[in-house]
Amino acid sequence: MTSIADRVAGPTRAEPADAIAPAAAASAPAISLPVGGERELRLDLFRGMALWLIFIDHLPPNLLTWFTIRNYGFSDATEIFIFISGYTAAFVYGRAMLEAGFVVATARILRRVWQIYVAHVFLFTIFLAEISYVATSFENPLYSEEMGIMDFLKQPDVTIIQALLLRFRPVNMDVLPLYIVLMLFLPLILWLMKWRADVTLALSVALYAVTWQYDLYLSAYPNGFWAFNPLAWQLLFVFGAWCALGGARRMSRILSSRITLGISFAYLFAAFCVTLTWYFPQLNHLMPRRVEQWMYPINKTDLDVLRFAHFLALAAITVRFLPKDWPGLKSPWLKPLILCGQHSLEIFCLGVFLAFAGHFVLAEISGGAGLHFIISISGIVIMSGMAWVISWYKHSADKSASRTKSTGGNADMAGGG
Amino acid sequence: MKSNSAAVLSLTLLAGLLAAVPACADDAAPACDVPAYLLTTESALPKVADALKTGHPLDILVVGSRSSTINTSDGSAYPGRLQAVLRERLPSVAVNVSVELQVKKTAEEVAAGLVKLVEGKRPTLVIWQTGTYDAMRSIDPDDFRGAVDEGVAALQNAGTDVILMNLQYSPRTETMISAPPYLDNMRVVAQQHDVPLFDRFAIMRHWNDAGDFDLFSASHGLDLAKRVHDCLGRALSKFVIDAAHPAQQN
Repeated sequence: MTSIADRVAGPTRAEPADAIAPAAAASAPAISLPVGGERELRLDLFRGMALWLIFIDHLPPNLLTWFTIRNYGFSDATEIFIFISGYTAAFVYGRAMLEAGFVVATARILRRVWQIYVAHVFLFTIFLAEISYVATSFENPLYSEEMGIMDFLKQPDVTIIQALLLRFRPVNMDVLPLYIVLMLFLPLILWLMKWRADVTLALSVALYAVTWQYDLYLSAYPNGFWAFNPLAWQLLFVFGAWCALGGARRMSRILSSRITLGISFAYLFAAFCVTLTWYFPQLNHLMPRRVEQWMYPINKTDLDVLRFAHFLALAAITVRFLPKDWPGLKSPWLKPLILCGQHSLEIFCLGVFLAFAGHFVLAEISGGAGLHFIISISGIVIMSGMAWVISWYKHSADKSASRTKSTGGNADMAGGG
Repeated sequence: MKSNSAAVLSLTLLAGLLAAVPACADDAAPACDVPAYLLTTESALPKVADALKTGHPLDILVVGSRSSTINTSDGSAYPGRLQAVLRERLPSVAVNVSVELQVKKTAEEVAAGLVKLVEGKRPTLVIWQTGTYDAMRSIDPDDFRGAVDEGVAALQNAGTDVILMNLQYSPRTETMISAPPYLDNMRVVAQQHDVPLFDRFAIMRHWNDAGDFDLFSASHGLDLAKRVHDCLGRALSKFVIDAAHPAQQN
């Protein structure tokens, strides 16, 4: 399983001037931006992969689920997604902030936040339609208790308002609200980074620690909490931003050391062994009880340290073994992934919609594993096709727009959700 | 676009080939068999074992939410089936299963009343089915874990054996109810207190995947519910007997 995220600006091996990342090291006071030009295809590749995996994870478990990284370690596609989103957002809007100033950059970020918000509300509408249908057509005495979940339909007014406030979020619709909150704070993050990047990262770690120490969370409607706690997940986002703004380059020595590599592999292997015991309960007795008691539960809501470390290990190995000029990145085989990664907000929303639709089809037609597999695959084909259409619009149908070379704040590039 | 579809197609084929391996490992079983590992537990039921050894009556109390019942009165829900099967398999023991339904209550609310329930009935074993209502209300999983922890401790102090039973596998509401945090936390509590966990979720999912039951479908009547509960009762009786005789498994 390869799906992994990475960091770019700091190439592990010093690549000579090949247009993308290095350069401009000395440009800005506290942060440095890579010069623009070609896109960093590795980011697109892994974000595209994260989108596919999120889609598959949102469907009921089936054959393809075996390909998602959450089966092989602690972290999953969400980590990749949030990290890359932080990276690209900082990359794009950080430049805007240096070139056009705080106000303009903030304005652009807020426009992006609005787009994501609208996308979220759109998805909620579709969700509501699906639920209402299920609620009216489902009569199974076996699940009379579970059907109580539809009770919120009795108060559509409250529910819809709470959804608009991002407090009512059905399962699988948690990522966009998290992203909205993180993007809202991006101006502040970038402003702090411009001042002192390392201090900003330290503050982020401190907030993470305080969140764990005092069990801070955002409440949800009708009760409960946000399934992705922004107070904890900001760590990945800020870390991504920090890497984009020069941190990755400064870490390059650590990243290329053999010790890092060894630790990463050892940790990934250990995590893999642990996850094996989840899927083959027969192996469970091999796990020392003391380790189990210390380790479980691995908290996704608050981005467990084990998950974060797992992501770091994956990232370190990826950066090491996948150079950014890897010829495979230009190969047509990876094109669908890269295209999806380049239009992440649209494709993410489409993925959530397709997961709903897939659920719906599975519920209506009892087709078994075969149908399940077909649905997963057609979802991925549709996502790739849509990404291709969107990029066609951008480059051919909408030529005049694409000719105005982006001056930073290109929403598409910072996209995500 | 041509290259795109070619890529996807070959990915598909590759995926199919590789994925076939784990799929084959799980052969379709005849009607509602449960693989042994789902009914194996390291934790024991000393009080039940005592009762079986000495021939004392075996009183079992099921504390559960609405998924511990179906809308019939003839004992076709799993507690009734459990009683029937246990009586059949343990002819020398007086088995009595009673049910205490705690509808629309969170684990915290149920835990608070557990001791009182046990004092009244003095059961040998309490089977506590919980998690569904908490998952539906998305109670903070940490609070949920605390409540289950407290409840199990109270039951153990009161001198009964305990089995925890988790949520039903309900594919149709999967997009609405997030079960995993509650499943995980119940597993943790079971481990901490060394009590057996009857993994109803995994067992029902196994039946669904193996084709024993189509739990996805919308329009099943009472018949499916009865058959599922019958199977649950039988699996549960095997689980209870095995946990009371750990030596037999090894």
